[in-house]
Amino acid sequence: MTALTLDRVSAGALQSISLTVAPGEIVCLSGPSGSGKSRLLRAIADLEEHGGSVCLGDQQQSALPAHSWRRAVMLVPAESAWWFETVGEHFEAPAPEVLREVGIAEDAGEWSVARLSSGEKQRLALARALTRKPAALLLDEPTANLDEDTTRKIERWLQATIREQALPVIWVAHREDQIRRVAHRHFTIDGANLKEREIRQ
Amino acid sequence: MNVIALSWWQLAMAASLVLALAACTHFARLGMGKSLLVAAARTAIQLTLIGMVLEALFAVGSLHWVALMGVAMLLLAGREVIARQKYRLRGGWSFGIGTLSMFISAFSVTVLTLVAVIGPDPWYAPQYAIPLLGMLLGNTMTGVALGLDRLTESAHRSRDIIENRLMLGDTWTVALGDFRREAMRAGLTPIVNAMAAAGIVSLPGMMTGQILAGSPPALAVKYQILIMFTIAAGTGFGTFAAVAVCARRLFDGRERLRLDRLVAG
Repeated sequence: MTALTLDRVSAGALQSISLTVAPGEIVCLSGPSGSGKSRLLRAIADLEEHGGSVCLGDQQQSALPAHSWRRAVMLVPAESAWWFETVGEHFEAPAPEVLREVGIAEDAGEWSVARLSSGEKQRLALARALTRKPAALLLDEPTANLDEDTTRKIERWLQATIREQALPVIWVAHREDQIRRVAHRHFTIDGANLKEREIRQ
Repeated sequence: MNVIALSWWQLAMAASLVLALAACTHFARLGMGKSLLVAAARTAIQLTLIGMVLEALFAVGSLHWVALMGVAMLLLAGREVIARQKYRLRGGWSFGIGTLSMFISAFSVTVLTLVAVIGPDPWYAPQYAIPLLGMLLGNTMTGVALGLDRLTESAHRSRDIIENRLMLGDTWTVALGDFRREAMRAGLTPIVNAMAAAGIVSLPGMMTGQILAGSPPALAVKYQILIMFTIAAGTGFGTFAAVAVCARRLFDGRERLRLDRLVAG
């Protein structure tokens, strides 16, 4: 059980952000485009130079090799990339249950990535990330390319997985209804700072 | 065997062929008549100058002057590598990487060939050392330039892929792996093709020149094989070194892809 702790993190427009995300907690982050949400996620994943420090449990970001840190604190970007011919090659091991849970046929491993729709890519990217067993998740608009039904399905699957594996999660979301459904806490970006918002049920 | 001396008016006849070609490109509106003429003029002037330099160098024949000539050739080759990059590393890194890898591979292969294979006396005898180094540098330069260009271009184009692999916890070597291999292949392909086609599709320029200048073909062939092998080694090791160092430079100590270190050339 590990919490994700940001201590005075500065990246891009955001300055001195301190925040602790508890195990199993989903913190939603929203704000206009260009306000620095994605940049902050990249800093937490150590893909950008940044000020301040980030910890997973008592493990300092800077004390771990960068690739080990990213395997633990995994960022799933809004637009996923695919570099092999088939879907299956992108997975470290076959994961039929996970594929079923995100609503994708079990033979998807054989599919050519060139034929994937944007919605399939998004669900497969989530499955790909979670089969690597991260200890924390950074989700950048994980349902942006999904229809209403699929969005709900993926939300429920993510919520269950996050609870089960006690993952601390920062979830960048735009839609108020989604934030109401999934967030334990909600922050918006206010200039260089985060501002907590009440979640109206 | 006699060498038939070439006089200037005979070269002038060859030049008239280039003029004819330039006239054709002008009428065909290819828009490159001027650059063709400039290039032809440069060939004539540059080669005449180098001929004079070589004559002087052969007359002196001291190690210092040979070394100085080698360094001058190396720096020019380094500049040429930069000129062929679509994206290059900031702060002179591309020049440094290109020049250093050419220095390591072309110079060591040249010295090795001179000392261990050809064995002139002294080992740095300019009529062997300078042409050999020139051939090696010219070809290594092509390999290094192609390799570096391919690497930086694909890093630039495939940023999403590389970063997504980093996000999944891959090391920078894995995240870049395919692109690094591609870049090394790009650098090595010309010499592999040249070796495969040598003697079948084309007679290599050096051998042709030697035969025209009166060498027995069997000897010219031996030298050509030697040159081909040394060029392959020089190009290969040079490309490996350049691509490996450049790849490392594209990432920082925290394995972040640092495209900000690239500048459009």
